[in-house]
Parts: sequence; C-alpha cells; structure tokens
Amino acid sequence: MTTTTTELVDYDDATDRYDPVLGIEVHVELGTATKMFDGAPNIFAAEPNTAITPVSLGLPGSLPVVNGTAVEYAIRIGLALNCSIAETCRFARKQYFYPDLTKNFQTSQYDEPIAFDGWVDVELEDGEIVRVEIERAHMEEDAGKNTHVGGATGRIQGATHSLVDYNRAGVPLVEIVTRPIEGTGKRAPEVAAAYVRTLRDIFRTLDVSEARMERGNVRADVNVSLRPTPESPLGTRTETKNVNSFRAIDRTVHFEISRQAGILDAGGTVIQETRHFHEDTGSTSSGRVKSDAEDYRYFPEPDLVPVAPSREWVEEIRNALPELPAARRRRLLGEWGFSDLEMRDVQNAGALDLIEQTVAAGASAQSARKWWMGELARVAREQEVELEELTVTPAQIAELQGLVDGKKINDKIARKVLGSVLEGEGDPAAIVEAEGLAVVSDDSVLTAAVDQAIADNPDVVAKIQGGKVQAIGALIGPIMKATRGQADAGRVREIIMEKLGVQG
Amino acid sequence: MPSIGRDDVARLADLARIQLTDEEVDRLSGEFDAIMDAVASVSEVATADVPATSHPIPMTNVYREDVVTDTLTQEQALAAAPQAEDGRFAVPQILGEE
Repeated sequence: MTTTTTELVDYDDATDRYDPVLGIEVHVELGTATKMFDGAPNIFAAEPNTAITPVSLGLPGSLPVVNGTAVEYAIRIGLALNCSIAETCRFARKQYFYPDLTKNFQTSQYDEPIAFDGWVDVELEDGEIVRVEIERAHMEEDAGKNTHVGGATGRIQGATHSLVDYNRAGVPLVEIVTRPIEGTGKRAPEVAAAYVRTLRDIFRTLDVSEARMERGNVRADVNVSLRPTPESPLGTRTETKNVNSFRAIDRTVHFEISRQAGILDAGGTVIQETRHFHEDTGSTSSGRVKSDAEDYRYFPEPDLVPVAPSREWVEEIRNALPELPAARRRRLLGEWGFSDLEMRDVQNAGALDLIEQTVAAGASAQSARKWWMGELARVAREQEVELEELTVTPAQIAELQGLVDGKKINDKIARKVLGSVLEGEGDPAAIVEAEGLAVVSDDSVLTAAVDQAIADNPDVVAKIQGGKVQAIGALIGPIMKATRGQADAGRVREIIMEKLGVQG
Repeated sequence: MPSIGRDDVARLADLARIQLTDEEVDRLSGEFDAIMDAVASVSEVATADVPATSHPIPMTNVYREDVVTDTLTQEQALAAAPQAEDGRFAVPQILGEE
C-alpha cells in the first residue's frame, strides 16, 4: 500500500470546480437454498468448510450444474430494473489467482449478460428523482472468505499466512453495473447511497435476497471520476471496493471527490486503481493498480451449456413480479392521504411497512402514522434501535388505537399501556384488563369523585357559579388524579355542570 | 496471423503464474506459432453465419433443482490440504489483493 499525502479540497469548492461522474457495481447474494453450480447449502453462518461439495472446492472430476432458481431470480432482477433479457447467454471463466476460489477462475458472464440496457428511478430525500441507467446485470459465483493471520488486526499487510473458508464459494451472485451516472453535481454522494438503497429495497420486494448490508449480502464497488465541466471527456476513475453501508457509500464518494480534486488542482493525474474505504477515518487508501489486472482472459465456460430463457418463461416471470417499491409508495400515498413530506418522513424512518401493517390490522392511516412517527419514534431514539426492532407489533398498535377509538382508554393511558406492551407484558387489551386501566365512565364512581372535589374546593365552585366556567378545569384535575387518570373527562365535566347548575 | 513472440510468451507465463527458462520461452514461441497456424485454418471455413460454439453438445437450459445435496464434512474437505488451521485451508502469504 502506498501512502501518498494529497491535499484534500473542501467538498463544496471541489464540486464547484469539477463535475463528478459515478459508476456503481452492486453485487447481491441470491437467497436460494443452494449454491449457483452445486447443491451445497447457501447459508450464512456455519462451521468453516462444511457447506461445500467437491464442486465448491473445484476438485478434479467435479462438474457444475446451473441452479434454475438462481436464473429465475436473476431474470426477476433484470425485469425489475427494466432490462432486456438475453435470448441466449453463456457463462465464462474469469481467470485470476487468488485463494478465495480454488479453481483459479471465477465462473461469471462476460460479453453475454443475462440482462442488459435497463434503468431505475432513484428518489432522493427531498423527493427529486434521478434516473440511473443500467448497463447490464450478470450471474456469477461468490468467492470464499480469507482470514489473514499474523498481521495487525487481520489486515493483509504483514500477515504471515491466510486461512480460507469456502462456505461462501459458489453462492449465487448477480452483479449490476450502471452506465456512467452524470449530472449529479454536489449530490453525487447522496445519489450513490440512494441508488444502492433503492436496489436493496427492490431485492427485498422481489424476495430474491435478504439483502442485509451488514452481512455483505449487498456489496457496492464505487467508481468516481472528476472532469472540469460536463462537456469534458471522462476523467480517470478510481474504484473503491466492497463498500458495505449506505453511509459508507456516501462518505466514499465525498472523500474521493475531495481527494481527486486535490490531485488535479496540484496538476497531478489520478491513478486508475482500486481503493479501500476505512470506516474509522472516512477515507480511502490505495489498493491495487489496475494495469495488468484487466487481463482476465475470459473464455466461454466449456462445462456449462448456454442459458436460453424462453420468451414464455420471461413473460411468466414478468407477470408474477410483485408491486415494486416506487409503485407501492405512489399507491400508498394516494390511499393514506399523507402529504409528500409526511410520506418521505415515514419512508426515511423505515416506517412504511409498519404503518401498512398497522392499517391492515384495522387502524386508520393517520393514527398509525401518529403512533409510529410520534411516541414509538421517540422510544426508538431513546433505545437507539430501528423502529422495526421495537418489541411491539403493528397488530398491537392497531389494537391499542382501537381501545382509544372505542373510548375504553384515553390517549394518556394509551401511552402508559404502550409502555407495558414494550416491556413485554402482553397485548394492549389484556394489559388494560389486568391493570384495571379502562376509563371510568360509571356515573356512580364519577359522581362520588365530583362530590368530593366540590366539597374540597369551595373557592373554585364559587368562581364557576359566579360565571367563570373555565375554572372547571381546576375541579377536573383532582378528579383525574383520584381516578389515576382513568376518568372519562368529558363525562366528569357534564356531571360537574349538572351538579352546579351551570351551562357550558 | 501475428506470430507469438518471446515477449508474448513471457507475459502469458506471468499471467498464468508459470516460471519458464529462456530455452522454454524460445521453444514455446515456436510451438505457439504452429498452434496459431492450425487454428487459423478453422477461420477459413467458419464464416460469419456460423454461430460460435462453446459446448460440443447442442443443448441449452440444463438446470438443477434448488435442493440441498450431500456435503463434505470438514475432515473430508481438508483431507488433501497440505496445511489446515482452525477448520480452514492454510495458504501462503497473499501479497496482492484482488
């Protein structure tokens, strides 16, 4: 690794004077039961080197066979990204020497990807839509996992040797490659992160992958280059590999723009190379110079026959595609009657599914939004967890709101009940029952409390009878206290007025 | 047909991680020329309307059901490994990164 010190240019300054261009490669691990070319289980956590067959290890005499489900998933992804699906395509061997695959090649696709020429619309936080063009989506296999021994903190530098686990080797991947993403200007980091988030949401909706970033199910290689003006030819790009969170993608682009601007300002040239992102410093460092590396000597995989999906099959898959996130968002916006801003807040908070499920369980959209974006968002912030990680279900929220709507409990008690639900004490109705929290609207109980309050507060009574009806609140307060907040406040007010013979 | 020079052979050997002596480089560059000539005669009959073939049997869409099959145990997997550690294959120091 070379450490060159470059003067970083202030980000705003850099984007004022240079036009950034992005290119993003996203790898998604498919959620099939088995690997791409053999029947070894596709599982995340297992004892090392147990989820393997002779094919996973590339043992002599073993032969690959394509997983038909993986092909179907790849077609689903291609169609969701508005791609054309190849009438026929092949696998190819990509030759490289690295111990994460035993065969000295990765089985991939080269000049005949299964899907090509597509696009996807990416919505930014403020509602602006950026269309990203997809060059291709192809099928390939994942590699094994290296652990470096003897160096500092598992880094490759200084390691004495490495250990390899091939459980992941052969797991089906689809790699999605964009065309150059131009015209994003200052918003390049945001566009990059939003693009990958959009793909992540699509993968989940298509049910082709768990798409968990933290598990490396979705990994992005981020290409960044700068040019003086949008009319200039493309500048030299760097490729930052395996950036694994939305925030890291944003930071990678941000940093590379500042770094490359510094090099160009000093009259230098950007080196075409792979780089690595460092979470702790938010910076990237040089990996490998891409001079010889492009020579992968691809050739058609002789052990596999071509994949030629019939047009009937492709149409069948197209017709079975679920409603995609963007269409769903538009539909829900209409059904729920939220404002654009409310909808964006809901989405950014990750509350879309939760609210939809709460509405499905019987709550109104506005009440569901009020709970998830109000009290529950506050609790989630306090506990530093995501909304979906809270120990309450949409059905429980709908039940809670049902109790409020049925005037069984008031808002204040509802929040208390919610607290108990979050503590794992059971469902709302059962908690209200067990703790006797239902609103007291029994007139005999309320009348006794009103009589007591009138007897205790002669001055207030005098004021009310003297015409200051608003002073009635001073009587309601002690009554609510006496009934532990459970009195039906509206009924209490009526009884007081009757007793004192005043009109509201 | 361009001939395969010594530089080409040396570069191919490097890409393939094969160490060659000078004599081998000389011999191979001559042999490669003979192979290239033989292959060139194929292109005389293969016109543009003949589709490229990557498999001798004209089949497509051979798929496997997505069903888990027998797997190797860790012991079986590592049986032929020159060195193993913690249930993993031990490999020499990796210098470059892919």
